[in-house]
Amino acid sequence: MAGMETLNFAFDGGRPLAPFAPTLVGVVASGNLEVLVEPSDDTGCRIAVDTSARGFGPVWEAVLRDFHERHGLGGIAVAIHDMGATPAVVSLRLDQAIAAIAGDA
Amino acid sequence: MSVASFAEMSARERLAAVVDAGSFHEWLPPAERVTSPHLAQLGVPAAFDDGVAIGRATVAGRAVFVAAQEGGFMGGGVGEVHGAKLAGLLRRALRDRPDAVLILAESGGVRLHEANAGLIAVSEVMRALLDVRAAGIATVMLIGGANGCFGGMGIVARCADTVVMSDIARHAMSGPEVIESAHGAGEFDARDRALVWRTTGGKHRWLCGDCDALVDDDAAAFRAAAVAALDAHRPMTLEELQRESALLQARADADGDNADAFELWSRLGVAEPREVPDLDADALRSRRPAAVAALAQGAA
Repeated sequence: MAGMETLNFAFDGGRPLAPFAPTLVGVVASGNLEVLVEPSDDTGCRIAVDTSARGFGPVWEAVLRDFHERHGLGGIAVAIHDMGATPAVVSLRLDQAIAAIAGDA
Repeated sequence: MSVASFAEMSARERLAAVVDAGSFHEWLPPAERVTSPHLAQLGVPAAFDDGVAIGRATVAGRAVFVAAQEGGFMGGGVGEVHGAKLAGLLRRALRDRPDAVLILAESGGVRLHEANAGLIAVSEVMRALLDVRAAGIATVMLIGGANGCFGGMGIVARCADTVVMSDIARHAMSGPEVIESAHGAGEFDARDRALVWRTTGGKHRWLCGDCDALVDDDAAAFRAAAVAALDAHRPMTLEELQRESALLQARADADGDNADAFELWSRLGVAEPREVPDLDADALRSRRPAAVAALAQGAA
């Protein structure tokens, strides 16, 4: 996995979403990322990140904590494949994923 | 009515725009995580779908199988899993016999990170596509992504019954940068966009008979062209192949000294070739010479 970094985050608490199908938004492209959101048996919010940009763990932690605080969702597992997206793009993709799930419900 | 740019869409957006609303059922969806076994070793993030979505759907109520390549991921490059998904879709079509198989192509060709596996995969896709076409199932290539359709996928495209392109789409074997790298900028200047488009673009392919339907960069136009192609079959008989070969030989003879596209169009009988780059698809359709129209489906 030289060159790539894998990060795992878990945030406690949050309200569960209504049942939903796994939802994918975004594309693994330069400066972009894909976000897959799936239902989870956990009560919290788990987020796994594969990124080509090493050494940005604290930034990911801040961006993902902000996502969890804004949406307050539990019972979800989020998987991210990142190719150097900026924090703003990451936040927008996460919001897009939640909006897509709400649109399906 | 507003126009939705097909080129600007992601693969999944294109797919949704071409098939009947809500009809797409995906096989090996992202949540199954059938991803490249090679990319992680090279330190490159994988994509959950390996850059291609495949499944069944309906178009105008007719059963189709459909694939859409994502140009944003590795330029739509065909890796081992990506290629296996395409070949598997085509082989399943032989079993289940939908009315057509649509491939929304956007690819630079074989994904160089996994070149050997990708090359084998592309050859398997070609073989499977020809088997599907020979079985009388319409095979349709829809080319409209910003990355074009090059390399192995460029060959796959010309194996199909019907090729649909927008005027901003590109289709060729070697891409502009590849030609420049191999033969120098004096042979082909990849930064000369006008040259690139009149050598690989949709209008050129249409005028030369390689493209069967030239449409605007509009998702609705691609859908309409797909509907029209559901019953278009190019027979794979010896007689038909010999006819096509003779037409291609005549075209190659016209291009004997590797003429620039303007000169080639003129030799093929296109009136006022210098006007071509400024014409929209509608205006261009009436200008295709009869000699090359015979190469294409639904001769204009």
